[in-house]
Amino acid sequence: MNDQPDNPVREAIAAAISEHDVILFMKGTPEAPACGFSARTVATLQALDAPFAAVDVLGDPRIRQELSAISQWPTIPQLFVHGELVGGCDIVTEMFESGELAGLLGVEGRAVASETGDISGAGALQIENRL
Amino acid sequence: MPQADEIRSRIEAAIPGARAEVEDWTGGGDHFRATVTSPAFAGLSRIEQHRLVYRIFGEEIGGPIHALSLTTRSE
Repeated sequence: MNDQPDNPVREAIAAAISEHDVILFMKGTPEAPACGFSARTVATLQALDAPFAAVDVLGDPRIRQELSAISQWPTIPQLFVHGELVGGCDIVTEMFESGELAGLLGVEGRAVASETGDISGAGALQIENRL
Repeated sequence: MPQADEIRSRIEAAIPGARAEVEDWTGGGDHFRATVTSPAFAGLSRIEQHRLVYRIFGEEIGGPIHALSLTTRSE
């Protein structure tokens, strides 16, 4: 990269959001969530067999700060689908119960082999590599 | 430490026509659950509705208020 970004952390987050169809910023990892709200959001995505990338915001305090600046959303977790903030645990749970989430994720009535582990690993790594 | 009553009155004062029910989720004074009804939410997405509420508390969310779980309704 020749251009020196003003804010590399923010740019890395923005790039990760645009590169992954479904990306969850959470506390901890999908395998070991560090907060009940993150755990519930992961469980919801897994219940739909929806593949998602995951980024652990606890890896670096700047991630949370810059993420909230981008999203104008104060809390973690934050789920983005196709580059747009869907919401945190409350909204994700509400949309799961209403069936909207399955529609948004394109997983209605379709069982997808879970690639969650691999993809989440890549997502977390990607952010860290760019810091 | 914020109290459920204080959070309720701040929401009702800040959002036109809002009625809020707030409970202290854990009894610890830092995890709250609120249901907010206001005509001001009409036409807004869920994200925008929740942002209106979160904005009232600014930096307190994630600080003294660890979690404010929200359900918002427009009618």
